[in-house]
Amino acid sequence: MDAALLGLSTIIIGVGGCLGYFYFSNLFLDRVLFPPKGENAGRNINRANQIRPWLFVFPAMFALGLYLGYPVFETLRLSLIDRSQDNAFVGFANYNQMFAEAKFWEAMRNNMLWLIVVPAVSTAFGLLVAQLTDRIGWGNIAKSIIFMPMAISFVGASVIFKLIYDARPEGTAQIGVMNAVWMSFEGGIGSFIFLKVFPIILILSFAAMVAYIGYIVLRMAGGVWVMVLKLVAALFSVWMVVLSVQSVWGVATANLPYGEPQQWLTIPFFNNFFLMVVLIWIQTGFAMVILSAALRGIPEETVEAAVVDGANPFQIFFKIKVPQIMPTIVVVWTTITLTVLKIFDIVFAMTNGQWQTQVLANYMYDKLFRANDWGVGSASAMIIMLLVSPILIWNIHNARKEMR
Amino acid sequence: MANLKLTDVAKSYGTVNVLKNIDLDIETGELIVFVGPSGCGKSTLLRMIAGLEQITGGELQIDGMVVNDVPPSQRGIAMVFQSYALYPHMTVRENMQFALKIAKMDAAQIEERVERAAKTLQLHNLLDRLPKELSGGQRQRVAIGRSIVRDPKVYLFDEPLSNLDAALRVATRIEIAQLKEQMPNSTMIYVTHDQVEAMTLATRIVVLAGGGIAQVGTPLDLYERPENEFVAQFIGSPAMNLLPGTIVETGDRTVVDMEGGGRAVSTVPSREADRGMAVNIGVRPEDFVEADGAHIFRGKVGITEALGEVTLLYFEPQGGADPVIGKLQGIHKGLRGQDVALTADPAKVHVFMGTQSLLYRDRPVKEIATKAH
Repeated sequence: MDAALLGLSTIIIGVGGCLGYFYFSNLFLDRVLFPPKGENAGRNINRANQIRPWLFVFPAMFALGLYLGYPVFETLRLSLIDRSQDNAFVGFANYNQMFAEAKFWEAMRNNMLWLIVVPAVSTAFGLLVAQLTDRIGWGNIAKSIIFMPMAISFVGASVIFKLIYDARPEGTAQIGVMNAVWMSFEGGIGSFIFLKVFPIILILSFAAMVAYIGYIVLRMAGGVWVMVLKLVAALFSVWMVVLSVQSVWGVATANLPYGEPQQWLTIPFFNNFFLMVVLIWIQTGFAMVILSAALRGIPEETVEAAVVDGANPFQIFFKIKVPQIMPTIVVVWTTITLTVLKIFDIVFAMTNGQWQTQVLANYMYDKLFRANDWGVGSASAMIIMLLVSPILIWNIHNARKEMR
Repeated sequence: MANLKLTDVAKSYGTVNVLKNIDLDIETGELIVFVGPSGCGKSTLLRMIAGLEQITGGELQIDGMVVNDVPPSQRGIAMVFQSYALYPHMTVRENMQFALKIAKMDAAQIEERVERAAKTLQLHNLLDRLPKELSGGQRQRVAIGRSIVRDPKVYLFDEPLSNLDAALRVATRIEIAQLKEQMPNSTMIYVTHDQVEAMTLATRIVVLAGGGIAQVGTPLDLYERPENEFVAQFIGSPAMNLLPGTIVETGDRTVVDMEGGGRAVSTVPSREADRGMAVNIGVRPEDFVEADGAHIFRGKVGITEALGEVTLLYFEPQGGADPVIGKLQGIHKGLRGQDVALTADPAKVHVFMGTQSLLYRDRPVKEIATKAH
């Protein structure tokens, strides 16, 4: 059969099947099971109306159960058995084997790195763009352009950035933007400003931002759990500040190989950031759209009251606007965090986990479908689910709170 | 503590003039009410004084200093917004502290000011609550408290009562009046579209219409001696009746032959040259009394509304004009469909020539909308 014809008949059968299911199941309920006539007419109507919602919910519940619920338990089972030993139960042997692998811990470390950087940077950029484009005439055009990457698939975006990071032999024209720019640095004063002073300022402002967020978190009021959370957040921000200071030292003393084209994606540690840029590029648009709507929702009069009270634009932004949209920022942040935890396509398409860029999802794919090691692969899948679940629950909780 | 002076102040958005030729002198300690129909620019004028809108023409002085280009926080003003504009993420205390913290005042002084304001407004037990936990009236008080702590020279109120229900509105109005009495030296400017608020609170009322000032005066001045037909009809409810006629006798007393028959006598003086001029006679519904002999107006009663305290008579319209309304004290039954003749005390009969009252004939005629309602 022709492919188009096949597609068309699939659509007709699918849609018709759905319509048929709803029509005939309701017909059965009203005509056969609880007909609204006879001596129990009133009772039958009530019963039919109690059952009716389940008729509508059932297909979705069934499909979700089959494709999401069942795999969780099956994966759990697979992670506890060994296929090569005739499906024998091996306890946590797969997990132990995985925890002993350096590549797994590399994936964990990289995932944590992604987790810290991408949501923070995307949300911060999104907020910045939302605020800056709010009052200007061409703001909407700027927003559309920044939103556009959202429409590109992760793999497509990876291909674009692979070209940006591309390297050609010395002496030939560089088609990669990064190397084209890099080749123009020769070690003079311009290079010093752009490659030493500028990154140091950037790192220091990151440190200041982390310290400020830690300070805000520390001042939040709350019960015992919030206290624990506060302590963790504070320690974390201190750690980040220490790391930043170390990096400043590293940047200041680094000896840069001017004039040689760089294979950017093979530089350990930093190549992680080159991959993250792709996701930040995509997710900033998402953060911007949501935060822009939230900023528009702030009552104009509270801003005017702050103006009368003498607040400058920065104080208005940080003390009046940001606190009012804090719930939205948290939702955006956690939503991006979920995307990041599952990140796979970008790493798969750009480095495939080589040069120390492995992440958990790609590690799972490697084990499950390349090495055919079902036990360890399933174990890593369980780890990903364990990491995602609490954030997912918190995200839903926050989103619901905001909708109220 | 401060006087305000507006000289030829104007506001335009591009080529559209919203306000023009606003001249106003506000003395220290006055409570000035801006009143006018919606869209007359009264809120815009207040926001220009606050510094939230650019002044596009003329000059604004506070305490003898031109402040056209001074940012709001340095003008010595505080504003109470229609929606209260409390910061929703801060407690009542933090709301009141905000401006002082921004101004880097020391903590002890901030605490003292907040305490004092809380005492004045009975906000003590609300200080640690969030705005969303307060009722409308309490929010209103916090908004006022937020301006009191700043100890401004001029208080600006932008329709502060319009979000409250009727009973609370009366109570809060009285609170504001008491607050003003406690602070006799502070200048207040109050915007409203409610003439009852204007009449009860104001030292002087500024009636705005069509982008200009229609009249400035004490509440009773505006009621008893309106400068033009607009003010005459805007102040008082139901609005003043306007009836066309021709001047037949001039001098200390003016006599007018009414178009609909009848004759009106007014204590408003007129000049010899006015004889034969077309004028409008203005009589408030409450000033009409039943006539024994000569009448100003005679007509058939269409609808009556008995309110107990007074009875409103809506006469059937004559010649397409607005229906004449009479307001008689007490209860009058069986007037519907009757022919009634009405007259009024000559001291309470107004004469308008070309929309301007003859009492103010030497003042320049203002470009304002001619109809109040």
